[in-house]
Amino acid sequence: MAENSINKDIVKEENLVFKKTGLFTDKPLSYCPGCGHGTAHRLVLETIEEMGIQSETIGIAPVGCSVLAYEFMDIDMQQAAHGRAPALATAIKRLYPEKFVFTYQGDGDLAAIGTAETIHACNRGENITIIFINNGIYGMTGGQMAPTTLPGMKSSTSPYGRDIQSMGNPLKITELVAQLPGTYFVSRQAVHTPAAVRKAKKAIKTAFENQKLKKGLSFVEIVSNCNSGWKMEPVQANQWMVDNMFPFYPLGDIKVPAEQ
Amino acid sequence: MKELRLMKGNEAIAEAAIRAGVDGYFGYPITPQSEVLEYLMAEQPEKRTGMVVLQAESEVAAINMVYGGAGAGKKVMTSSSSPGISLKQEGITYIAGAELPCLIVNVVRGGPGLGTIQPAQSDYFQSTKGGGHGDYRLIVLAPASVQEMYDFVGLAFELAFKYRNPALILSDGAIGQMMEKVEISDQKPRWTNEEIKKMFPWATTGKTPDRPHNIITSLDLDPNKQEKFNHKLQAKYKEIEKNEVRFEEIQTKDAEYLFVAYGTSSRICQKSIQLARAKGIKVGLLRPLTLFPFPSARLFELSKQVKGILTVEMSAGQMIEDVKLAVRCSIPVEHYGRMGGIIPSPEEVVTALEQKFL
Repeated sequence: MAENSINKDIVKEENLVFKKTGLFTDKPLSYCPGCGHGTAHRLVLETIEEMGIQSETIGIAPVGCSVLAYEFMDIDMQQAAHGRAPALATAIKRLYPEKFVFTYQGDGDLAAIGTAETIHACNRGENITIIFINNGIYGMTGGQMAPTTLPGMKSSTSPYGRDIQSMGNPLKITELVAQLPGTYFVSRQAVHTPAAVRKAKKAIKTAFENQKLKKGLSFVEIVSNCNSGWKMEPVQANQWMVDNMFPFYPLGDIKVPAEQ
Repeated sequence: MKELRLMKGNEAIAEAAIRAGVDGYFGYPITPQSEVLEYLMAEQPEKRTGMVVLQAESEVAAINMVYGGAGAGKKVMTSSSSPGISLKQEGITYIAGAELPCLIVNVVRGGPGLGTIQPAQSDYFQSTKGGGHGDYRLIVLAPASVQEMYDFVGLAFELAFKYRNPALILSDGAIGQMMEKVEISDQKPRWTNEEIKKMFPWATTGKTPDRPHNIITSLDLDPNKQEKFNHKLQAKYKEIEKNEVRFEEIQTKDAEYLFVAYGTSSRICQKSIQLARAKGIKVGLLRPLTLFPFPSARLFELSKQVKGILTVEMSAGQMIEDVKLAVRCSIPVEHYGRMGGIIPSPEEVVTALEQKFL
């Protein structure tokens, strides 16, 4: 599929240094230019391709910008109700313990409406992988305040900035799930630079490989941008993310098993 | 010689699930149905058949576990009672929208709100008209005995898989809690993963080179496609209405009046028939076994024979609307019911019949 989509008149075989990941479908991504979702998708798909587990993998798409993830990933997938992906994944993994099961969720989905499902799947130590994209906003519905929206950050439902007194604090759910005995590996990464992408890829691959160990849940947060929701240009949004999101959501492994 | 056991209705549901080769049960405690989960946990069906049993963190999670399992082609179920079933409606409408087979058991208690833990039949509308958002129907079975609690588990799965549609057993606290003799069926083997792949090519079992990737979703942003899909659903419901109506008639041959009742109320009505006939009132009973599809055609036939119909429900009168539609206003249809967890006595049903028609 990837080979067919390369125009050999333009790109000579010997000059080919990068191509579309084989497990992407040919559907054009619905994400805004500059959004991190496309890269995060690619890292998940590369991991599945490299591990050779396409026929053994079942993914769960959320409600949010990545609701259509199943259109872009050439994987058997189910689309869950808002926040319920970990419940679906729990059942599928219990019914097919030998399969690889992952959820791909945004911050509204995972850290607001799906808090109970997230915490309990993590606490039970379900042997699944959760990929959590945190851009601090509800992107698909038009830029509303999310559980992870920073203090003072403007959104369409916090137009004067998130006021902690009346709107509450942002939820560091990744640190929270890291406290639970059921999580085996918890990491927070980003995909805004090649170096960050490499680290994120390593974390995602570890999270998938951990399923073979049957030792608990692996949770990878990707702090990402939302230039449309943040009302910034892509480069500006990435810089804003570095300056504001990373200090509040510091990157790196949060929980690493002793033997790794 | 078949195995006979004395069981609670809720226990019968649980044992029937194991025997029917169910792959997964996902539940949450609520009175008066907690014995389903308790029985399964005590029985350890993972040792008997490999069946998965999990106590979820909420009814919402439990029904979404059912969604996940059903989407992967497994035979999965949940059970709850009224307030819990309300919580499950989100998942149920997604399951209906994704056309997934599964079983939901509602051991109904009185409402609204937290209501009472005593039996009621006040979830008829919710069960038969959809329950959640959107135009969809469940296949609804109404057991009136512990034996039927047992038997309808297998039947519900058979219908659910035949039509790729969620099925619901609409029971109540009385049938869930009472003990009766049950004839136990032989153990059915669970389907192997290979069988599932063959029987349900739509299921998310892992994409193999021989087919496109499978997607389980209820989403289509193109209104024309979404409308087309809705027409497909409606055609399926019509097909179910054509093929799957089930009901029982008691002493309708010479009946001049007719009770229409299901579940616990239908048992009360059987005694009321004896009392009324001793007084010379020729009354019979039509008991729907399926509430969707509803036995409308047979009721219309009977409306040409009887002078009036009394629906007996443990509610303010919900099924009566379907009875009235069925008989097309050709004869008087009246309701008698008790609410809030009270079961009517056979005597008060006869009195109601006399007061409304004689």
